[in-house]
Amino acid sequence: MDSYISILFTEVYKILFLLVPVLVSVAMIVWLDRRVWAFVQKRRGPNVVGPFGLFQSLADALKYIFKEIIIPASSNKLVFVLAPVVTMTLALISWAVIPFGEDFVLADINVGILYLFAVSSLGVYGIIMGGWASNSKYPFLGAIRSAAQMVSYEVSIGVIIINVLLCVGSLNLSEIVMAQQNLWFVIPLFPMFVIFFISALAETNRPPFDLPEAEAELVAGYQTEYSGMMYAMFWLGEYANILLMCAMGSVLFLGGWLSPIDIFPFNAIPGPFWLIFKILFLFILFALVKATVPRYRYDQLMKLGWKIFLPFSLFYVVLTSSFLLYFDLLPGK
Amino acid sequence: MIAHSVFFYIFSLIAIVSAVMVTVSKNTVHSVFFLILDFISISCLFIMIGAEFLGMIMLIVYVGAVAVLFLFVVMMLNVAEQKGQWFSSRWDGGTHIPVGLLVSLIIFFELIIVIGGWKYKPDLLNSLSINISTEVTNTRSIGNVLYTDYILLFQISGMILLVAMIGAIVLTYRERAGVKRQSYVKQISRERDEGVDLVEAERNKGVKIDA
Repeated sequence: MDSYISILFTEVYKILFLLVPVLVSVAMIVWLDRRVWAFVQKRRGPNVVGPFGLFQSLADALKYIFKEIIIPASSNKLVFVLAPVVTMTLALISWAVIPFGEDFVLADINVGILYLFAVSSLGVYGIIMGGWASNSKYPFLGAIRSAAQMVSYEVSIGVIIINVLLCVGSLNLSEIVMAQQNLWFVIPLFPMFVIFFISALAETNRPPFDLPEAEAELVAGYQTEYSGMMYAMFWLGEYANILLMCAMGSVLFLGGWLSPIDIFPFNAIPGPFWLIFKILFLFILFALVKATVPRYRYDQLMKLGWKIFLPFSLFYVVLTSSFLLYFDLLPGK
Repeated sequence: MIAHSVFFYIFSLIAIVSAVMVTVSKNTVHSVFFLILDFISISCLFIMIGAEFLGMIMLIVYVGAVAVLFLFVVMMLNVAEQKGQWFSSRWDGGTHIPVGLLVSLIIFFELIIVIGGWKYKPDLLNSLSINISTEVTNTRSIGNVLYTDYILLFQISGMILLVAMIGAIVLTYRERAGVKRQSYVKQISRERDEGVDLVEAERNKGVKIDA
């Protein structure tokens, strides 16, 4: 029995060691997002609270905590309360399999990439539950929209993952990173990286695909009826998901914790820092896209997902596998 | 081993209770949520017996896609409160209760046959031609079997799914008249000359525009 308790404590310690930095960086990343957005538009952005406005997110969080939580009388109360909890939980549990370095991962499971994919496909439930339980028109429309959008783009993300897996021969995330020691997958699979990036934008409901919360049409989409801390949880979950997508992109295509060149000044920097640099790089790209591209129309969004991305990535699967087969490069024999 | 069995009982309890709740709960949307909970706990059971690939595929396919469609249909058709009749009201001479009982009887006997067959064939595991090794991950071993011994069946099931998909599209497709579609080629190839038309408008008469 003692051994169980000690295992429990070490695991809880490890989980906290992972989750607390993730939550803090989610708060910081919101600030970074708003700053980058502002700089592109020649504004200043949040620069008042703390040095460079760094504590803006903390101030926002404090405001959300002290606001009243309003639960609409005609809502389905249990589901209404569960929705932000589901969003937040799903956004956080997927960090368990992200490898920050060699043997520096919470759960080194065999099917890591499938786990990531499964959890991100569950993410749609937080939104559907919130939209349905609000019992109001705008949230419901937003929820239906986002469910259709996320299911569509998941398909192309799945096919892109197959492309990477063909080159690795394993579903384990650490092995995916180690397979990129000589060549990051972003080079041979560059078109897939671009499609992954755009699909990740759609999957996380970021602009230009933020139709579920298109304020001009749907007020705030599925979040319309939420207030106070529950709204903040949706918000945190969304940004944690964005960070996760960036982490997934850097593990799949940018060589995870590996340094770009294996010579002295670069490989002296520890692996986790490289992963963080890469996540930040992808996130700044996300923010730049938000600042520059106008919102898509819904039929354009669906057309892009089903008629362009899906056939193209399927074609690329055929191309990759025939290339690997022809040059006898198939891994894991 | 204690922790293992504790988790096993927790997950199977959740699975059974939520399976019962799917049929009992009055709100159809709640039924679908319980169905999702059921799927999730079953995939946890899969992972516990070491079939991690099946568990994850269960999550991705059933919870990530199929149950979303269920939710869509239930929400769109607005059948949320209709199901309570099953238990609350008397049998009104409809056919759904006898048919339902018949179907569940058939499924019950099938289950008995399956379990009985398992019990009276204990040498089934020994007679398998595939030797189960613990070194290969189960993703790889499923792939090894599926794409070699059973490739024909696998492809046939894929074809059946494709036929079903095309059938569904053909059945539901209807061409609507008067729908304006966007044509990127037409939009991009518009020139200034044809786009702008300068007209001398006659006073008090205006210009007639033909669409």
